Amino acid sequence: MAEVRLKDVNKTFGKVVAVKDFNLDIGDGEFIILVGPSGCGKTTTLRSIAGLEEVTAGEIYIGDRLVNDVPPKNRDIAMVFQNYALYPHMNVYKNMSFGLRLRKVPRPEIDKIVRRTADLLGIGELLDRKPKELSGGQRQRVALGRAIVRDPHVFLFDEPLSNLDAKLRITMRAELLDLHQRLKTTAIYVTHDQLEAMTMGDRIVVMNEGLIQQVDTPQKVYDHPINRYVAGFIGSPSMNFLPCTIVKGNGDLYAACKSYKLRIPQDKTKSLRDYIGKEAILGIRPEHIDTKDTITRKYDPESVFQASVWVIEPLGSEKLVHIKSEERILVARLDPHVDLKPGQMAEFIVKTDFIHIFDKETEKTIF
Amino acid sequence: MNTSPRANKITLYIVMVVFALFFLLPLYVLFATALKSFSEVSASRMWNLPTIISGEGFAKALEKLLPNLLNSFYLVIPATAFSAILGSLNGYIFSKWKFKGSDIIFPIILFGMFIPYQSILPPLVRFLMSIKLYNSIPGLILTHTVYGLPITTLIFRTYYTEVPTEVVEAASIDGAGILGTYWRVLFPISLPGFVVVIIWQFTNIWNEFLFAIVITSSPAKQPITVALVNLAGSQIVEWNAQMAGALLAALPPVLIYILLGRYFLRGLLAGSVKG
Repeated sequence: MAEVRLKDVNKTFGKVVAVKDFNLDIGDGEFIILVGPSGCGKTTTLRSIAGLEEVTAGEIYIGDRLVNDVPPKNRDIAMVFQNYALYPHMNVYKNMSFGLRLRKVPRPEIDKIVRRTADLLGIGELLDRKPKELSGGQRQRVALGRAIVRDPHVFLFDEPLSNLDAKLRITMRAELLDLHQRLKTTAIYVTHDQLEAMTMGDRIVVMNEGLIQQVDTPQKVYDHPINRYVAGFIGSPSMNFLPCTIVKGNGDLYAACKSYKLRIPQDKTKSLRDYIGKEAILGIRPEHIDTKDTITRKYDPESVFQASVWVIEPLGSEKLVHIKSEERILVARLDPHVDLKPGQMAEFIVKTDFIHIFDKETEKTIF
Repeated sequence: MNTSPRANKITLYIVMVVFALFFLLPLYVLFATALKSFSEVSASRMWNLPTIISGEGFAKALEKLLPNLLNSFYLVIPATAFSAILGSLNGYIFSKWKFKGSDIIFPIILFGMFIPYQSILPPLVRFLMSIKLYNSIPGLILTHTVYGLPITTLIFRTYYTEVPTEVVEAASIDGAGILGTYWRVLFPISLPGFVVVIIWQFTNIWNEFLFAIVITSSPAKQPITVALVNLAGSQIVEWNAQMAGALLAALPPVLIYILLGRYFLRGLLAGSVKG
């Protein structure tokens, strides 16, 4: 087990900048997630930690050791790939023991470790099978097993669940978490799936265009996104964004859209002082829009707007209602029993305690 | 005009049978003549079947050609093996360990395929003489190994490109070096690639004539393709022995193809059909 530290890491491919000024301290035993859209540099970062890519500039430490010039096999890491990358001609036992055999671990010990790990992963019965005789989920368990038997300082996961079907992915997500709680090995996990990032990470690193956008616990990233990009990327369905102007009236501040305005809570007006009269971006998460019929708490009468219902997606546990407001589509996450029909005009309430305002130019979060 | 699909099909088959017969005619003459006795061979009766099946031609051909037949095996087995192994290593490096300049070196290697044999004969002979391999089977082995590298490299590179690079990366994280990865991970799954290369190289080297006649000047060292030509004496040609010799010379590539052929298509198609 070890800390991992990345200092001013840069990676360019020719003229393309893949990772820029990446700084991150990963604690011993931490489960950290690199998340972002494809091409954001998350996989390149992971491969740099593995030693599969040479960084253009910067330093990578595993434990106290600078590993920039250490080949992958000596970095004491193990990696799980998206496509499993099992050795096709070896059976499960040989796949799992490959690294140990190369490291000249005594046979009886290898046998003990492999069998124990296989049992831990529920693949003890499959040791004689070849990869092609396994299902996707079983293959991924073997790939996990191959990483675990090595007992490395750091686990690197490159979208390990992306090739699995949706149901299996959810099961494996929980199993991976359980495994991490038991093994307590530092883990760095790359995914493009913000849901995986939210559910699995001790901390998540949101990346875009080679740059770290924000590093924090999933809840903090969700509640306090640092900019419009993170706000839009984390959360499903995405946050709704509306152009607005900050205006003053009766001693209060309002976020004024074309046909309605929302009163901004008193405790947040301070940070908006410089924005009075200026344009900004209003951000509202789908669960912070409600209807008069279903709202259960007190609400500000100056947080209500009229809009027409466009489409409704009933999910059983909730209804996603797409509403048309000011030529934009907003998504509201509503009670499944709400009585709305497509085309209907209705009054919606914004829980203004939870809204966000972003600077229009820099897209940074004001609150 | 109205033609039914059935009539179309019949026409098609007739055309195909005619072409097949046309192509098989020389083969018929080859077999028929090889099985005749010397006294029965004549141009006027070349289309006739032998009146009695005679082993005379084969006996004569074997007697004269056996050393050269063996020479061909001494040549073709090592040359095929070396060019296959080296091509496999090349293909592995060019597909999985791209280095600075590999995108330039690979096309240069491929370019070797397009250099006509004739154009390099004088320097080749001089080179073999100076390393004392001229007029020897090892000299031919070296020549064919080198000349085979472009195609074997290309075939293996294409084959290994289909192997996910992550498998190689997994091995390097697991602790295998460049050669260790090749030996433990790539080589064991290379059989289809090797089959394609072996059939290709075996057939080509076995049938090759120009290098053989230029590099091996003494009859005792010549492979069968050259000896077959020399079998036709200057005065009279023993056609039955000549034809039997041709059959003998053609046999090994056919056997290789029959033995390995079922892997051949599989190898050529590897990757085009995921499975």
